[in-house]
Amino acid sequence: MLHTIQVIAAGFFVLSGLFFFTTATLGLLRFPDFYCRLHATGKGDTLGTLLMIVGFMIYEGFHLLSIKFILIPLFLFMASPTVTHSIGRAGVSCGVEPWEKKETEKAEETQ
Amino acid sequence: MRIFFTAVSFYLCVLIFINLYRAIYGPDILTRIAAINAIGTKTVMILILIGFIYGRVEMFIDIAIVYALLSFIATIVAAKYFLARRSIE
Repeated sequence: MLHTIQVIAAGFFVLSGLFFFTTATLGLLRFPDFYCRLHATGKGDTLGTLLMIVGFMIYEGFHLLSIKFILIPLFLFMASPTVTHSIGRAGVSCGVEPWEKKETEKAEETQ
Repeated sequence: MRIFFTAVSFYLCVLIFINLYRAIYGPDILTRIAAINAIGTKTVMILILIGFIYGRVEMFIDIAIVYALLSFIATIVAAKYFLARRSIE
């Protein structure tokens, strides 16, 4: 009985992690400009990693391996914002212009 | 549960190929760096899933940690290079 609950909870967390990975990938594929894409991948991948690791930890049960499992999201929660910030700063220093709607599209929306 | 983990890792492979499209045809170089960073995060997850499929998590978790560190260093170095270069042409 307990094992069934464990497996169902692990599956739920892994699937919700996959959902965030999917949204991050869709954002990377569909957003119009470099800063928007960075925004999508930087947040979605971090949360997806945390949820999937929590699912793995529930499936594996609590023992010494859980500390190693905790190390990965602990590191990624420091590394992923650092990476996103430094790529974004490189974009600003290279003079990449943020995306804006064209005048024709704005006029179509107001009509 | 093993079949479930195999299906999850196949799905992550599909997501990696979508990211690889952005990494190859990305309009500028910084988009490519961001896409490669996202691929690295998904690869860490796939490594742990391979550990579960083969029943050797205690070995594959170490490989996953090292891969996360290497992927972080690679992205930081590429971003630093373009920060100092001040041009993406």
